[in-house]
Amino acid sequence: MKYLATFLVMFVVYLFLAGFTLDEVILGSIVSAALTLILVKFVDFRIDWKFPWKLVKFVFVYLPLFIWKLIVANFDVARRVLTPKIPLNPGIVKVKTNLKGDFGKLTLANSITLTPGTLSIDVEDDYIYVHTVDVKGQNEEENRKNISEPFEKVLGGIFK
Amino acid sequence: MTNDILNIVVFSLLGLGVLFAVIRFIKGPKLSDRVVALDTFNMIVIGVIAVLAAVFQNSLYLDIAMVYAILAFLETVVFARYVEGKNDDNR
Amino acid sequence: MTIASYVFLIIGGLFFLLGGLGVLRMPDTFNRIQAGTKATTLGAFSTLIGVGLGNLDWAFKIVLIIVFIVISNPIGSSAIAKATYKSKQIPDNLVQDELANRGDAK
Repeated sequence: MKYLATFLVMFVVYLFLAGFTLDEVILGSIVSAALTLILVKFVDFRIDWKFPWKLVKFVFVYLPLFIWKLIVANFDVARRVLTPKIPLNPGIVKVKTNLKGDFGKLTLANSITLTPGTLSIDVEDDYIYVHTVDVKGQNEEENRKNISEPFEKVLGGIFK
Repeated sequence: MTNDILNIVVFSLLGLGVLFAVIRFIKGPKLSDRVVALDTFNMIVIGVIAVLAAVFQNSLYLDIAMVYAILAFLETVVFARYVEGKNDDNR
Repeated sequence: MTIASYVFLIIGGLFFLLGGLGVLRMPDTFNRIQAGTKATTLGAFSTLIGVGLGNLDWAFKIVLIIVFIVISNPIGSSAIAKATYKSKQIPDNLVQDELANRGDAK
């Protein structure tokens, strides 16, 4: 299973870069098979039979939310940059996450970095340290609600 | 004709972005500010290379942009490691 | 198609410009990282979509570059932020700093 997934990822990347002619398909499968044998011991992810369903959910639920948040974040940055006196109230806060896997935490941290006014600095066990431009919440719960709640809800169903 | 004007507009926007990043790179009071400016600069250069691909209608530029993106990421991480090692704040 | 392509290219250029301006104008390192990362990520996204719309044969390469940039750019800026924090070049305008009182803080 692990071999198959690694092979498929490499093969798809190769074809995307090289094009879809017959020569490339043959050469690409040989190269990807060789690379799979070398790299498979560094690969550390588990795939179960629900994976296609999760992928669909990832593409159609998570990505639109992510792109929407990215656009909102950019208009927020634009507003801050273009006002003559920049409105700032920065601070570093701690946010708890329920996601367990490394890949889930990576996706959550990246999402936090690209949402309005927040930048994830460090991940440690279950906590993500976040720099926010504008500290609003008084305690951990409120910060969590402001920063990571929408992504946690969506990602919780995809990564365990 | 219109295309030329639009190309000039796009390139001047990108060029101004590069200019601001370079000013911050020169001014930057601390080392980490310079690394941030360099990161921004690299991203804008990736955009410039992609626009060049569209202008010259040559897809080789996209390969160059890909390699540049990979090298820029590596560069950022390596410089971050370097900054992490320095504990004094006199640049 | 060309019109849509140029619309995306100009939006991308505007956000790149905004990223440069943000890096120049923001008063401290963390806010510079924020402005730079967000604006350049959306700028690259939009510019590359514009290039892809101009020539649909390149769509696959464009998708690969976009995926790579959207994954790698936040990681890079997180790395810089962490390094900045650890090297004690912390700006003095923070109103709250919960990273300071964690266990292994130096």
